[in-house]
Amino acid sequence: MAQISLNVNGKARVVDADSSTPLLYVLRDNLGLHGPRFGCGLGQCGACTVIMEGKSVRSCTIPTSAAQNKRITTLEGLGNVAHPHPLQKAFIDEQAAQCGYCMNGMIMSAKVLLDKNPQPSVGEIKQSLNGNLCRCGSHLRVIRAVQRAANSSVKA
Amino acid sequence: METKTISRRDLLKSTGILVVSFSFFGPIAEVLAQGDGLSVDGMDPTVLDSWMAIAKDGTVTVFTGKVELGTGVVTALAQIVAEELDVRFDKVFMDSGDTDKAVDQGVTAAARTIERGGVQLRQASAAARQELLKLAAARLDSREDMLTVTDGVVSVVGNPARKISYGDLLGGKRFNVKITATGSGWDMKVASQVPVKDPKDYKIVGKSIPRVDLPEKFTGEFVYSQDVSVPGMLHGRVLRPATSLSMPADVDESSIKNIPSVVKVVREGGFVGVVAETEWAAIQAARALKVTWSEPALKMPSGPDEVFDYLKNTKSFKENLVTNRGNPDAAFSQAHKVLEATYYWPFQLHGMMGPPCAVADVRGDRATIWAGTQGPFRTRDAIAKMLNIPPKNVHLMYREGSGSYGRLECDDAAEDAALMSRAVGKPVRVQWMREDEHAWDPKGPAQYTTVRAGVDARGNVIAWDFIDRSFPWTASEGNPLLASSQIGMKPTTPGFLNGAGGGGQIYTFENQKVLAANIPWVQKGDWPLRTSNLRAPGDLARVFASESFVDEIASSQGIDPVQFRLKYLTSDKRISEVLIATVKKAGWTDRPSPAPAASGTKVTGRGVAAANRANTMTAAVAEIEVDKSSGEITVKKITLGHDCGLIVNPDGLKNQIEGNIIQGVSRALMEEVQFDSTGQKNLDWGSYPVIRFEQVPEIEIVLIDRPEMQPLGGGEPSIVPITAAIGNAIFDATGVRLRRTPFTPQRVMAALKA
Ligand code: FES
Ligand code: FES
Repeated sequence: MAQISLNVNGKARVVDADSSTPLLYVLRDNLGLHGPRFGCGLGQCGACTVIMEGKSVRSCTIPTSAAQNKRITTLEGLGNVAHPHPLQKAFIDEQAAQCGYCMNGMIMSAKVLLDKNPQPSVGEIKQSLNGNLCRCGSHLRVIRAVQRAANSSVKA
Repeated sequence: METKTISRRDLLKSTGILVVSFSFFGPIAEVLAQGDGLSVDGMDPTVLDSWMAIAKDGTVTVFTGKVELGTGVVTALAQIVAEELDVRFDKVFMDSGDTDKAVDQGVTAAARTIERGGVQLRQASAAARQELLKLAAARLDSREDMLTVTDGVVSVVGNPARKISYGDLLGGKRFNVKITATGSGWDMKVASQVPVKDPKDYKIVGKSIPRVDLPEKFTGEFVYSQDVSVPGMLHGRVLRPATSLSMPADVDESSIKNIPSVVKVVREGGFVGVVAETEWAAIQAARALKVTWSEPALKMPSGPDEVFDYLKNTKSFKENLVTNRGNPDAAFSQAHKVLEATYYWPFQLHGMMGPPCAVADVRGDRATIWAGTQGPFRTRDAIAKMLNIPPKNVHLMYREGSGSYGRLECDDAAEDAALMSRAVGKPVRVQWMREDEHAWDPKGPAQYTTVRAGVDARGNVIAWDFIDRSFPWTASEGNPLLASSQIGMKPTTPGFLNGAGGGGQIYTFENQKVLAANIPWVQKGDWPLRTSNLRAPGDLARVFASESFVDEIASSQGIDPVQFRLKYLTSDKRISEVLIATVKKAGWTDRPSPAPAASGTKVTGRGVAAANRANTMTAAVAEIEVDKSSGEITVKKITLGHDCGLIVNPDGLKNQIEGNIIQGVSRALMEEVQFDSTGQKNLDWGSYPVIRFEQVPEIEIVLIDRPEMQPLGGGEPSIVPITAAIGNAIFDATGVRLRRTPFTPQRVMAALKA
C-alpha cells in the first residue's frame, strides 16, 4: 500500500492503495466515483473511460501510479441530475440509453471529441466512438445526443 | 444499510415534461412506520395493501416483483398505474424487486412484462381506485357514480367544491381490502372482475413519458448492482476450470502468499473463490492462485460441427408439435416439386456489457442479498436452498445490472457472493471478470432446422414440414446455478424447452406441420456450453429458417417475395398489415429475387421477413451491400414495422426496437461462440466481436397502435425477423443463399466461390 496523490474532478485526493491498482478500482472503491464502470478490464469496451489531461483514457488499464498528479475528470465531474452538463442534458433529452451501463464511456468520449471538434459530422462521431461498445444498441440515440449537444453549444 | 441510498429527488424540468426520479425508499416509509408493517413472508396477492400504499401527500408507492432491466419497463408500468388510478405520473413510485415487500410476479423476461405484469398492476390499481371511490362517497356524502377523479382528487360531478384527495382519504393507512388473485407468477390473474378504464380515455398511457431512471445513469448517480457497497464489505472473485466443472484436485495457497490483503481462499466442494480486502487484490489473487483441476467429467465437443451432427442424430426427449394441419405426408407424395433446406444457428452470448455482480451478507441462518437478477424470488429461493435456510430468511433487494437480455434469469454471481460471505462471515461483493462471463454465460443454444415444402404444378405450396432441433435451457428453473452445482446439487429437469414459435405458423398452408424437437443436452454437470434463454429464444433461429425458406420458394417461382408471402399470410390480418405497412415505408418495388446481376465488386440487395412473437407482429426490410472481393456485408438500412397492440410509451418502444435491430444485426453478421475440446475460445471482445458504431445501419420504424387491444410485449419481438431479412437481402444481391449464421466475410466468400 502506498499513499498516492490524485487530482480528480478539480480536487486533490490522497488514496491508500497498491500503486499497481488500475485507476478504475481506486476511483470506484476508494473515492466512491461510480461513473466509470468495469466492463472488461482489458481496454476493449470503454465503460471505464475517464478524461486525463484532456484525453480520454481507459481507467481499467492505467496503473494508479501513472495517474499521479494528472488532472482526471470522471462523469461526476461534468454535472449531476440537478445541474447536468449540456452533454448530459442532451443525452436525457434524446433518451439516449437503455440500461445505461456503457453511457459513461459514451459521454466521456463525446466530451473529448466536442472539446476538440465542436461541430463533428456524423462520420466523425461514429469514428470517435467506434471503440465504445454498447450491447443494448443505443448507438443511434447516442449519435443524436452528441449532435444535439453540439448544436446547443452553437446556439448558446 | 447501503452507504449510498437512492433518495427522492426534486422534480427536474426537461423538454417541457416533468421527469421524476423514482425512489426505492420513498414515502412508503410513512405507511410502514405505522407499526402495521406488511408480512415478511412474501406478500399475499389477495391483499390490496400488498400491491400499493398511498401516503398522506398522495404519492402512491407500488410494490412490484417486476424489475427494470434497462428496457424502460418500470416507467411503462408506472404509467399504467397512474392512468388507472387517475393520479399524476410523478406521484407514482415503483418499489421494485424487493422479496420482503413485493408480490412474486414471476421473472421479468420474454417481453411479457407489460402484457402480464402490467395487467396485474392495472387490475390492482383499478381495485384501489374502486375502494378509494367508496371511501370518498361516504366522506362526500355522494353516490359513487356521481364521483370523478382528477390527479388523485375525488370530486362530485357538477359540484367541484365538494372534493377530497386520495392522500386525505387514505394517506398513511392500509386499505384492508381483499381482492381476488388466482394462479401464480406471470399467469396470476388479479382482481380480474374489476372494470377498468376505456382506453379512449387514456391520458398517460400512450405518451412518450421520459424514462425515470435515465438522468442518474448519465451522471453516475445511479446505483447499479455493481455499485452497491455496504460497511465492512470484502471483495471476492471466482475461479472456474476451462471445460466442465471438475473438482479442484489441488489448490496451492502458497502461490498467492505475496499478495497482501487476501482474506481467504474459499473452497467448498468444487467451488473455488478468493476473498480479499480490496478488489484489486481479489483479482490478482484469482489470477495467481494455482489450482489443479481433476479430469473433467464432460468432454467439450471438438467444435460447432460436432454439435450440429449431434443435434441432427440424437433422439429428442420432448417433441412439441405446434401445428399439424391436413395431411402433409400425403401432400408431399402428390407434390409436383419438393424443396428442402437445412439452416444452422450457432451458440451465442448474451454479451452483457457489465459482468454480473452481487453483494451478499450471510450471518448465521439469515442472508441479505443485493443483486441484478431478473427473478428476485427465484434467486432468493436458489440461495436459500444452497445455504440450507428457509427462503423467508433470505432478503433479496434488486439493484439493476447492465442490460441482460435473458442472462440474469440465472444470477450465478449472487450465489457466488453468498457462498463466500458465509465462508468469511462478512459481506462480500463478487463481480465476474470479463472472461468469466464470456465463458460461463448460459448461452443461447445452437439450433439445427430443416424445412421442406411441396409445391403443386401451378406453384401452390400444398405441404410444409418444419422441424427445429435444439437444446433446452439447462440453466433454468429447477436446475442449480453454478455454485450450487459445484457444491453437489443435481439438476432435476432436462431443462426448459426452447419454444416453438416462428416455424412458419404465420402462414396458412393446406397441409402444414411445425415441430420443435428438444434434444437432451448434457446434465452430468455444467460446462461453458450450458444454455438459457437469449433474447427472442428459439424464435430468432426458427424465423431465420422459415423466412429464408419462404424466400427460397418465392425465388424458385420468380415471384416477388412480398407478394408471395401475402398469398399465404392469412393467419391474422395484423401480420399482413404490418408487412404491407413496412414494405410501403421501405419503398419496396415489386420484383423477384435475386436482383438482376450487377457489375462491380460492390452489389446491393434487399430482403424482407415477417414474424409473430408472442402475438406481437413484426416485419423487416433490410437493405445491404456485399463486397464481393472481401465478403464483407454492410447493412445500410433496416425498416421495421411493429404491432404490439396498445402502445404504452411510444418513444420507449422505439428505443427497444432500435436496440433489438442493432443487436440483431450484430448477431446476424458476427456472433458465434467458438470452442474445441480444450474449452471455449472466445473469452473477450476481441475474439467475440459485437457491432460497433461504424457498422450500425440507418433505422426506420413503423409503429402500429391498437388501442382496442391489450398491450403486448415490445422487449424482444423486433429482433426476430432481422437475420432472415439480411440473409434474404444477401441472396437478392448475389444470388447466393447463406443458411448458416453468422454471415461472416469468410462464409460469404466461401459461398460466392462455391
Ligand atoms: S472496462 Fe476498461 S475498456 Fe472495458
Ligand atoms: S445502454 Fe446498455 S450497454 Fe449501452
